Amino acid sequence: MMQNRPSVPVTTIGGYLGSGKTTLVNHILRNANGRKLAVLVNEFGDLPIDEDLIESQDETLISIAGGCICCSFGNDLIGALRDMLGGSTVPDQILIETSGVAIPSAIVATVALLTGLHSDASLVVVDAETVRTAARDDYIGDTITRQLSDADIVVVNKGDLVSDTAKQELADWLSDVAPGSVILPTEFGRVAPDAIFGCVAEPSHGLTAHHSDALFESITLHPDPIEDVPNYVHRLITKNRGIVRAKGYVYDMMDQCWLIQVVGQRSNVTRSDQAKQNGLVCIGLRGRCDFSGLRS
Amino acid sequence: MSQTTIYSAKKIITMNPNQPEVTHVAVRDGRILGAGSLSDLEPWGAYTLDDRFADKVLMPGFIEGHAHTMEGTLWRNVYVGWFDRMDPDGNIWQGVKSIDAIVARLIEAEAKLADPNTPLSAWSLDPIYMDNRRVTRHDLDRVSTDRPIGALHASGHILNVNSKGLELAGLLRTGINHPGIPLGADGLPTGELFGPDAMTPVGPHVGFERSLTDCDERGLRDYGKLCVRAGVTTCTDLAAQLTDDSVAMMLRVTGEESFPACIVPLKAFLGTTAKDIVDYMLALKPKSTERLRLGRIKAIADGSIQGFSARMRWPGYHNGAPNGLWYTAPDQMSDLYHRALEAGVQVHTHTNGDQATQMALDMLEPALRAHPSPDHRFTLQHCQLADAAQFRKMAKLGMCVNLFANHHFYWGDEHYRLTVGPERATRMNACRTALASGVPMSIHSDAPVTPLGPLFTAWAAVNRITASGRVQGEGEKIAVADALHAITLGAAYTLHMDAEVGSIEVGKRADFAVLDTDPTACDQSDLKDISVWGTVQGGRIFAATDL
Repeated sequence: MMQNRPSVPVTTIGGYLGSGKTTLVNHILRNANGRKLAVLVNEFGDLPIDEDLIESQDETLISIAGGCICCSFGNDLIGALRDMLGGSTVPDQILIETSGVAIPSAIVATVALLTGLHSDASLVVVDAETVRTAARDDYIGDTITRQLSDADIVVVNKGDLVSDTAKQELADWLSDVAPGSVILPTEFGRVAPDAIFGCVAEPSHGLTAHHSDALFESITLHPDPIEDVPNYVHRLITKNRGIVRAKGYVYDMMDQCWLIQVVGQRSNVTRSDQAKQNGLVCIGLRGRCDFSGLRS
Repeated sequence: MSQTTIYSAKKIITMNPNQPEVTHVAVRDGRILGAGSLSDLEPWGAYTLDDRFADKVLMPGFIEGHAHTMEGTLWRNVYVGWFDRMDPDGNIWQGVKSIDAIVARLIEAEAKLADPNTPLSAWSLDPIYMDNRRVTRHDLDRVSTDRPIGALHASGHILNVNSKGLELAGLLRTGINHPGIPLGADGLPTGELFGPDAMTPVGPHVGFERSLTDCDERGLRDYGKLCVRAGVTTCTDLAAQLTDDSVAMMLRVTGEESFPACIVPLKAFLGTTAKDIVDYMLALKPKSTERLRLGRIKAIADGSIQGFSARMRWPGYHNGAPNGLWYTAPDQMSDLYHRALEAGVQVHTHTNGDQATQMALDMLEPALRAHPSPDHRFTLQHCQLADAAQFRKMAKLGMCVNLFANHHFYWGDEHYRLTVGPERATRMNACRTALASGVPMSIHSDAPVTPLGPLFTAWAAVNRITASGRVQGEGEKIAVADALHAITLGAAYTLHMDAEVGSIEVGKRADFAVLDTDPTACDQSDLKDISVWGTVQGGRIFAATDL
């Protein structure tokens, strides 16, 4: 049963209250592109899901157009995850919208304990306008910097509210407090789901074609058989080519198929049991991606 | 026609300053018709004189302001604590003083389990007293390698499991990277699981279900027995989940004629919005009965001091550990306080570290300006590290406090040595400062973390002795009379129940703690050893020996 299913990737979406987590989640749901997403939230706040997306709703479950769902887990995240894995339909990807004071890396570590799940990425949303002030707050400052310190992706939201100078200062500050992460500037939570999700779609799904907004672009590489796949991936992410996400399958000289998943500067490279179509989707910020370098 | 019974007693300590001690109390319809001498009471008309308490001392039934009825459920597991402890049936379980003794006790319990797949569960483990020796899966494997075994620590925040328990949870493997799961030299988990995140995936495999914070039906009945044995007639359940099912169960059990206590459950503010929980409490409150009082909220600001998850102000933890965790964001706390004050719903807030206490004060003050509430009695629970300025602020804001006097005995030495250092350990649970500042105060056990027993709690606040025998905080000792007030009227006040319980005077519920000796006449170091005959609750008599 459960063991035969592929492991479900889990993305945690953290960030202090008001940073824009819910807006981001709604944007992702709106652009699910056929993926069955399950969003887990602590509680249904005033408007956890935009009304036009909701098909039906009860106390703990909202059904969303396109087969996605949103569940409130109250105080029992692990129980909710376990229920989800034991259910008849297992989602393609799980998103956990954490509470404003949760430390996402702690949740990532816990998710990794459960059979049938793997942590995909820890994403932290910050409010471009207020995060640096909040980070100096006596009460929540250290919580915010702790949230950021282990993030894979930092989504800098509400970029429309700050000047270019402030954006640059913020970027400098983030490179200090979130040294291992990829920074994604955005407005109104508009981040391409492909940049956030690690679930690997076959290139034929049309994943490479278009993105939901103009901030991102992507290419699909079809490399010739590679001598040393881990080393190839290492070079891919350390040459500062602006890759936010890379995912797909490549082959080595021995005709072994490899699964590659990259988020920011973190990568997961494993031998694949199945022979998949050769193709590695690389996603990055528009204009900041060294695609020609990638092709070579 | 209602019957009147007049009880005579060796002494009745009323907590009513107009007549602190009397010899007789008249009871009609479960309430106190009057207290005084027999001749004071005779004019009420026909009565039956009952002298079964002629050699006993009566006090107002004790009120436990911070406990968890889940202790009733926990007793179905094997007790492996360091200290002797009485179970609901009155058996004293000897404290176990070594790992070998724990293993021996578990082997004995294991032999009684017929089904080889039934988990063996134990509770109240506390290796702090065994030179902090780490307990590992290898220790528990000596009991069985086939049967899953789990031992919950006294704090409730650590779980030890054997190899089988790890295996069933899929965790007996290398490559685990989790801050709450230490690994041994072999790369496999040691079997110690720190914190709910690490405990929850394994708990169900070793007999500890998800909703560990709630008691079940049998557990609640058993908890009632513990109340009788401790002289408790009103007890909080802080905090319960209060689902529809659990409310129905609690209404059913507390409604049984044999149920001996009034239970006051507070719903935890976790995983819900402030608006939803306040609305829910307004809807639940009218369902309250004589023995189940609904409609209060417990908020949780931070974690625990010994778990290094309490929020500390500068200079932080004595051993340099990083600051703890918020369980509720300041903005959410503010939202809750505003809405609860507006709706007239009471909130008790768990704070352990002094920064958490400060946060609660800072959030409440503006909420009170927005929603002036002359008698809100919002209460800080534990509030262990509050300093004098914070107590003065609590008084000004009209807050109450319920201090964790028992904690000082059980873990005071650890706090002195490790977590907060001598100066702050000495001021922990500052009962005297609270009273001197004019903050209405209670003291508590946090059962099952420490045993339910208000006389022990009073002893702890009066003597401030730690487990190693040191007096820690001479200046924060309180008088016996103040401690007895704290476990009766003091606790009643924090629950807005002081008009109906907490003292023995006309009109109040006939709730008595029936004691074998007089706590005001004994040596104050003997307070904890006073034996409890039983209770009278709502006029119903409960002898501990008859339970």
